[in-house]
This record gives sequence, structure tokens and C-alpha cells, in this order.
Amino acid sequence: MRTAISPLVLLQPRSLRDALRMLREEGPLAPLAGCTDLYVGLNVGVLPGQRFLNIWGLDALRGIEVRGDVLRIGALTTYSDIIRSADVRRRLPMLAAAAREIGAVQIQNRGTIGGNIANASPAGDTLPVLAAADALVELRGVEWTRKVPFTDFYTGYRASVRRPDELVTAIEVPRVEGRQWFRKVGTRAAQSISKVVMAGVRAEPPRIALGSVAPTVVRARRTEDALASGGTLAEAQRILQTEISPIDDIRSTAAYRREVAARLLAQFWAATS
Amino acid sequence: MTRAVGRNVVRKDGAAKAAGTALYVDDLTRPGMLHARTVRSAIPCGAITSLRLAFDTAGFTIVSARDVPGRNVVPLITDDQPCLADGRVAHAAEPILLLAHEDRERLLQARVEIGYRPEEPVFDAGRSGRVFKHVAIAKGDIEAGLAEADLVIEGEYRTGHQEHLYIEPNGMLAIPEGGGVTVVGSLQCPYYVHRALTVLLGLPDDKVRVVQAETGGGFGGKEEYPSMIAGHACLLALKSGRPVKLVYDRVEDMLATTKRHPSVVRHRTGVTRDGRITAMDIDVLMDGGAYCTLSPVVLSRGCLHATGPYRCDHVRVDGRVVMTNTPPNGAFRGFGAPQTLFAVEAHMDRIAGELGMDPLRLREMNALRPGDTTATGQVLGLDTAALEVLRAAAARSGYRRKRRAYRGTNRGIGLSLFFHGAGFTGSGEVKLQSRASLELTPSGVRVLVASTDIGQGQRTVHAQIVADTLGIPYDAVEVAVADTARVPDSGPTVASRTTMVVGGLLRQCAAEMKQRLGRLTPAAYLRAHGPLTVTRQYEPPPGLVWDDDTYQGSAYGSFGWACDVIEVERDPVTEEIRPTRVTTAQDIGRAIFPLGVRGQIEGGTAQGLGYALTEEVILREGAMANAQLTNYIVPTTLDTPPIDVVLVEKPYRHGPFGAKGVGEMPFDGVAPAVVNAIRSLGIDVREVPATPERVMAAPRLRESGFGIRDSSVTLRRRQLTVARRPGARRR
Amino acid sequence: MSGILRPITFVLNGKRTSLRVHPLRRLLDVLREDCGLTGTKEGCGEGECGACTVLVDGRAVNSCLVPVAQAAGTKVVTIEGLRGRHPLQRAFAEHGGAQCGICTPGMIMAAAALGPRPRLEEVRTGLAGNICRCTGYEGIYRAIQKQEARSKKQEAKRQRPAPTPSPQSPVPAGRRKRR
Repeated sequence: MRTAISPLVLLQPRSLRDALRMLREEGPLAPLAGCTDLYVGLNVGVLPGQRFLNIWGLDALRGIEVRGDVLRIGALTTYSDIIRSADVRRRLPMLAAAAREIGAVQIQNRGTIGGNIANASPAGDTLPVLAAADALVELRGVEWTRKVPFTDFYTGYRASVRRPDELVTAIEVPRVEGRQWFRKVGTRAAQSISKVVMAGVRAEPPRIALGSVAPTVVRARRTEDALASGGTLAEAQRILQTEISPIDDIRSTAAYRREVAARLLAQFWAATS
Repeated sequence: MTRAVGRNVVRKDGAAKAAGTALYVDDLTRPGMLHARTVRSAIPCGAITSLRLAFDTAGFTIVSARDVPGRNVVPLITDDQPCLADGRVAHAAEPILLLAHEDRERLLQARVEIGYRPEEPVFDAGRSGRVFKHVAIAKGDIEAGLAEADLVIEGEYRTGHQEHLYIEPNGMLAIPEGGGVTVVGSLQCPYYVHRALTVLLGLPDDKVRVVQAETGGGFGGKEEYPSMIAGHACLLALKSGRPVKLVYDRVEDMLATTKRHPSVVRHRTGVTRDGRITAMDIDVLMDGGAYCTLSPVVLSRGCLHATGPYRCDHVRVDGRVVMTNTPPNGAFRGFGAPQTLFAVEAHMDRIAGELGMDPLRLREMNALRPGDTTATGQVLGLDTAALEVLRAAAARSGYRRKRRAYRGTNRGIGLSLFFHGAGFTGSGEVKLQSRASLELTPSGVRVLVASTDIGQGQRTVHAQIVADTLGIPYDAVEVAVADTARVPDSGPTVASRTTMVVGGLLRQCAAEMKQRLGRLTPAAYLRAHGPLTVTRQYEPPPGLVWDDDTYQGSAYGSFGWACDVIEVERDPVTEEIRPTRVTTAQDIGRAIFPLGVRGQIEGGTAQGLGYALTEEVILREGAMANAQLTNYIVPTTLDTPPIDVVLVEKPYRHGPFGAKGVGEMPFDGVAPAVVNAIRSLGIDVREVPATPERVMAAPRLRESGFGIRDSSVTLRRRQLTVARRPGARRR
Repeated sequence: MSGILRPITFVLNGKRTSLRVHPLRRLLDVLREDCGLTGTKEGCGEGECGACTVLVDGRAVNSCLVPVAQAAGTKVVTIEGLRGRHPLQRAFAEHGGAQCGICTPGMIMAAAALGPRPRLEEVRTGLAGNICRCTGYEGIYRAIQKQEARSKKQEAKRQRPAPTPSPQSPVPAGRRKRR
């Protein structure tokens, strides 16, 4: 454990309202949900910041419900909750598929979808799913609630439109028409960070999103257009390469990621035809 | 009375481990204990020009090279490795300064600023000018052997670093007491640590006491490294006069401690067209890292296994282990043999492909048999089981049938035949002069050895051997903690010697004790005669002759033999190679503790799968860039296939109840079997780990008849062409 | 409110426990140091190896990734809470589930969360977050399959094997002082 704890501060809100007030008046504060990423930073000694807000107890942010056409998932819903949810399995099976491939049981019992979204890692495994599903991110401040299209949520590497005095409170997914598809290519079969991750919906037009191949999650719109207008798969694969910008890192290479992304597109297309 | 040997007794430490009451070093505390931290080099090579303590030093104990009371070395083979860097560093993460404080938070916040004058580091072993050791083995006349061949096949094979990844990181607790120091910690070899501390601290033998705590895995990674970390803890303890606990976290352990030696092995092999090996010319290069440590012995074992378990009249092995400015490499299960066995076994399948021959048949033809001589001129005994394990694994796995069935699919199957010399090489065991003792107790006996249980079941096996020899119940045999104040020096817990050599000594002790007891129970004897302790020292079996200078003679008392058959499935989208089944036949002489033997084989196999497919140490500027468990990929349950074990017992005359070694051999053959399975898919991989990225980039082989041909084959002038029609079948 | 020490209360191995600790300390450290329960181990500090697995409200979690403040009001069970009497513990000891033992407490806690008769596939998935470097996992599967359900009566009747002396350390295990 490489971080000295005594200088750190944890605020303990009594309610969601209290939490939002603290964010506005006592910031800067980093919200702590399941801690499956932040506490890795703590252990290794690279924790950003010193002031934290414990939102784990805010049950108002839990729960999965279907309201008409919309599947609404509270930000503190864990991956285990998602895996177990009949509503998710029915409405958004590609999200359950993604949740099953995150870490392992211990991580799934603690990691939350809100954390995955707010953490803004380019490799977040639920992010391509939410992008392909055209989800909405619900953000709340003390005196407002707003919903941002997921595909507008990220502005750059680990950056989003979330203001420091806002919390991600829920994700809302409209009804998804068309077959859903998800595949994560990791470093091993469990407990792995993805090298390439893709979610797709076979609709007219198709919706295709990828992670770990750019500074943020990518919605491959030009690729979608090409396929929608009857282009060949080879042409779509070529266009896909122009929409992604993978790098060499300690897990994989840009060349590998490019090749696999192209093959995943083909696999998605064949599997959902 | 039920015999213990050969039965699945309840392991001695099982209940405590399952209850969570077994005590590892980080579970221990002492009043007044200080926590410790090591400040390490940020550069791979150069001079230290300045060192500034940019913190309030009140309450801190600070130790540098200047504080070393004895000699500032970690003595091993050559004493070239300083315990603390003195003015210059030769690798990243080299220890420079030690800090201790009772408040862990202040320890963490202490900032030390070090200035360096970097020098040009050497990272490429192929270009290093400094050779730690050179080994040459020669048999027959290599040029004559090559001239005899119809084909000469060349190949170069590479293996990378591997991290032990014992789940318990290194740790030591040093307690100043009795005018000296006691150190308790995670270790395999208490007497190695003991010797190192007497030298470092300038203390006499009786002022240093080393005790093994329950140890959470070693695999060789706690053979020599503990001497370094124990030295650090002791220096702080002696300077402060307080107990000091120094435990690494995972990141530090990965950055700073030893790894498996990377290797480049080149083969030039002459074969006749019907598959007989006429000549083996082998070049071995290993990367030792910045200091010598155990590299000479790793190279030695690697060279002695380089020809594989095959007979050949003309052999030349030339090996070097060299310096690079990377953290020193060290002992790791297999100890040089996995590297060279990988090369020869991958090479054998290429030879089979060139000859259009079944890889199984090629091995059957050339496998060593009893009475054959090895490359060093050792005549093999009746316990030579190469053919037995080969046939057992092939039959059990359905190798031939599956090879045919998998053609043209994304399923592959590969095999490897391998061996492992048990015990120290040549005169090593004689030099160790190992001793073991048995002490009578009111209810039975107590085993006193310096061997350590690091998970492999040493306590259990030693108790079984003693129980049956004495004719008393297994539960009446106690195994003492490995404490240098109590136990004799039985040598290190390495080299697959703990059952065979130390267990053998205990058998002798027990036999003598049985004679002395006569008809008396232990309690009656003690009443009548007082205490009784029997001690025995190692004597080599008759006829074991070895020459260290010429590398001729009997390298090992006995060899274990094994064959792996590994099936894989390739994912055409990702090029991931997923192992789907391992079948392995292993001759270990005699299974004293069958569950333990199975456990070692299954565990060694899984560790080998990681080595073969996913475990990669990525170095940047000579430092491990992926020093977090997230980024160093070991197999989980979902990455490990069913492992089917066939135990073969070809007893070794001089092993207790016929036992040979088992700890290392299971690791040796996995990587080549995996690579051969990949080869059977038509993919030419000659390096491990065979990550998806490498598999994707690897050349594809074109098929020709039965065999899979590639182009790097030298044809001899006199060679008759081995032309085949596409689709033609042989065998 | 600041980060000063404040009481955090939870049920630990069936007993209500209240500790005055910094809320951001890892649950792992609080268990090992403040509560003296050293059975839960640290193998990586990243939530990768699972050696630190405990049950929180019946769910397996990595205690190296839980701030103790978030354990407030929960039921925490560690390896010590099984009191050496869980069928898995005997099975691990007798059927090769444990070799070096460092992963064993976390492995048993994760296995305990699987329920009494898990199928092999459920075991493999349920233990994918627990890394063992010694066994290749086969011995662990064997142990889990062979664990016996025992009624209280059977427990009383069964003859225990003779106590095996556990390794004695010359250094007593102490409750570590905080800081």
C-alpha cells in the first residue's frame, strides 16, 4: 500500500441531495462508488486527489426498472446486479454479456456501471454497449437534472461533460431493435483489460461501437453508413480503420488491434445476419 | 499398521492453511517493530552523484552501503553483487538506501532525491561483452556426425523472462537479539540466508539465526533472493536496535526480484533420412542480468539438458551466460532446462516435418534407453523411462488419431519428450555435505532438516518416509520448523532434491534409529537411555563420477522422464491459442505422496502454460514496465484446461523407496508441446510466449504430404531428395 | 466533516464490531491489523489475485479494494469466521486444495459463496478471480467436489484425525498496532 491515508478526506453524505450539495460547496471531491479502479490507484500510490465523497450508500442510485420503452439503470447498479437482472437480459443482453466479462466475481460484486461511465477509461467494457444502444446519461446537480446522449458524453481522453458538481445518477436505454452482439478481446479469459472490445446492433442502419482503439469509446458512424448503404464488408473494414486510432501499449499492439477490429466487424456481421 | 508411503495421508500443514491460521511473515509482529522501505535506482546503469534526504529524518533509521558492518555483498557463486549500491548502479531497481520508521505513513511520505550520471547500458545479451560463465560439452566428432547426415536442419529458438508470481511476495522480519540477529521470513534456504548474513553483518555463525515462516510459494524465486532482503532487514534492525519488518508489495517484488533467464538457443542437427539423429550442434545464450548470482549453474543445467532425452554419438554444446544491465535473473523451476528443452523439442517437430515423419516416431527412434550414454558420457540405468512415458502419453491422449482428425481444423495437438536430472549437478551434492537429523520425542520422532515446505509437501513426504522406515504411525512424526538454531544444514530446497536426497538421508536416520530403539517405544527408550538424536551426512551413490572441468561423467544420480501431449484450439478472429487438454505421463521413481505428486505436476503444467502463452516481462529502459498483476498475465481457472496425469514409477535404486525428484520436471515440457501444437496448425512459432500478437505475425507453413515443411533447412550435397506428392501419406 | 477517525460499526464473523479508524483505510488492513485477523492475505493490492477475498453481506469481494467506511452496517465474514469447521476447509486440507496455502483463505471464501454443490463450470467461473500459482486448480476442483455436507450429529460422531502440530514460530503473532 503506497498511499499515506491520513491526509485523505472522506465525506459521508446522508442522501443524494446532500451529496450533490457537498459536490457544489465542498469540492473538489472525487466520488467513490465500488472503488475497483480508484483503489488500485491508492494501492499503487497514484491516487489522484485527496478528497473523496462516499456515494456507495446512496440507494436512490440503485435499481433497474423498465419504464415503457426505456430501460433505466441506476448508476450504483453493480455488474452482478446487471448479470442477474431479467430486465437487462431481455432488453439489453449485450450489457449482461459485457458485465460477465469484467474482472471476475469479486469485481462484479463491487464495480458499478456509473463508475465505468464516470471513470472514462478508453477500455471500459460497458461503454461500447451504451454507445451502440444510443443510451442517455443522466446527470444531476443540486438544482437540475439533465440527460446527455452517451455518444456526446466524452470529450477526450478520460474527459467528459460531467461537471465537478454533478453525479452520474442513471443510464437510460431506449428500446433496442435488432440483434445485439458483444465481444471483448482481453489478455486472458477473466480478470483482463480489453485489447479490443466491440458492441453492435444489427438494425437499419446498424450501430457499431468499439473500445480500447482510441482515446475514448468510438461510435463507428462512417462504417455504419457504409454497411447501411449496401457496401461490402471489405469496404466497411477499410473505413473502420479510418475511424479508430489504436496504439502500442503494454497489453498489445496497434497492428494487432487494427486487424482484430476488422475481424470483429466481420464476425458481428456474420453472426447477426 | 497402515503404511504412509504411497498413500494420500493428510498433509501436515493442511488444516492450518485451510483455517487461515498458518503464519506467513506479514502476519507476524513484534513489540516496537519498525516498518521498512527500500529506495531503488531509477536508471539502469551509471554513477550515483548525489543523494538528498528531502524529509524530516526524526525517528528514521537510515542505512546505506557505508553502514554495512561486514562485507557489502550478497555472497553466492562470485561475490559481485553488492547488498546496497555503493556509488554506482548496474540495473534499474537496484537497492541504494534503506529506511525504517514505526509510522508507515511517514515512511511512505519520505522523499529521497538521487542524482545520477547515466552510462550507456547493455540490454542486448547478444552484444554483451561480459560473460559470467562459459560451458562446453563435447562428445564424439561433430563434423563427422554432420557429414554422416542426409539433412542438416537449423533453427533458432527464444524464450523470455518469466516472473515467479508466488502469491506471497518476499518479506522478512529481523529481530536484534542475543548480541546478534534472528530473521524470520519467506524463504526456501535458511542456510543460504544464514551464510549471507554472517558475511554481510560480520557476525559469527552462532549470532545469526534464520527461521522459515510459512512460505507462500517460491518456485526458485525464494532460493537466493531472500539473502538480499534479509540482509536489508537485518541492517536496519541492527542499526536501530528494533525489530524491522520488510515486506514487498507486488509491484516492488516484480520490479526488483529475480526472473527466469531469457535464452536464445540455436540448433544445427544432422539426421539421416529415416530419422536417426547423427549430430547435435547447439549454441546456448542466456541473459544473466546485472550480476552473476546463480547464472553459471543455470547455464550448466541448461547445457546438460540441451540435447533433450535423445541418443546421439556426436554432440557439441557451447553455452554462455552474459551480463546485461537488467535486474539479475535467478533460479526458477527448471533452472535452465526449460529453455534448452523448449529449443530441442520445438526443433524435433521441425525435423519431423522436414522428414515427413510422425513426430512420435521420430522420438521413439532417438529416445535414450537404459544403457545408452548421454552427451557427457553417463551410462543410463534401468530407471530410464523415456519410451514408457512417450508411449503412455501418446496412448492416453490418442495423439496419432487426433493429429489426423485435427488436420485442416482450428484444433492442434503437440507433444514433447523431456527429462530432468534430479539433485545438484555432478559433484554439487558432495560439496553441499547435507545433513539430516531425527530426534526422539516421547510420542514419536521429530524431523530436523533445513528443507522447507513451500507448498510442495516437504513436511508430509519427509514424515511419511520416516514413519514407514521406523514402523511408527505417520501422525507420530513431527517436522520441526526450519530454524538454523535447531536443524542441521540439509542443503537448499531446490533442484528437486528434497525428497530424493534429503528424504534419503532421513531414511538412513530412521533405519539407524529403528536399530537403536530395538523393541522399546520412544517413551520407554527416553526413560531408559535419555535423549536420542541420529544424524546422517550425504554420501554419493557408488560410481558417480563427474569432472567439472571437462563436463564429463555422471551429471546426475538419476533422471526423471516425462511426456506432454497438449491440445489447443485457435481462435481465427483473435489468434488466441486456447489450451483445451493436457495429457502428461511422468516418471518420478516412486510417488511417496501421490496427491502431492499430482499437485506438483498439475501446478507445474499450469505455470508452463503461462510461460508458453501469456506471461511476458516487458522491459523499457531495463525496467519491468508491466509490474502489476493486471498486466502480467498468469492463468486463471478459465485459462487452464483439464490436466490428465499418468504416473509412471521406475524406481531409482538410491532414492528413498525409489523416489526421484518431481518439483521441476512438470514445467520443462509444456512450452514446446504448446508450440508444437501451434505448429500442427500450420503456424511457425519459435518463441515463447506465443501471444496472439506473435501468432498473428508468425509465418504460415505450407503443407506437403504428411509433414509440414518450412524453408530454413540446409540440404547436404549428398542428400537424397525427400520428395513427396502432395497428399501422399507416410505412416 | 473531515477525514478524522470515527467509529465504523459492522458485524464481523457474527460479532458486532465497532472501530475508530480512518474511513479510507482498506478493509483488508483493518481486518489484519486492527482486528488481528491475519487469515485474509494481500497478494497484489489490485483486486487481481483474490487472496484478500472476504464475504460482505454474503458476496465475495476483494477487501483490498474496499474502504472500511463502506463496510459500515454490513456483515463481514472472513476465513476465521468459518472456524476451521466448514466442509470446504477439511476438503482443501485432505484433497490437495492447498499447497503453499497463501491463496487458500481467499479461495475458500470465494468457494463458500458458491453454495454447497456447485457444478464444475460454476466453480471455474466463480473462482476466476482467485489466482493459484501452485495447484493448476485441479486440486481445488477436487476438494470442492469432495466437500461433504455434514449434519451436526455427524460432526460429533466423526473421529477427527490426530492433531498435526502446526509450525511454531518463535515470534508470537500479535495484533499489530495501528501505525
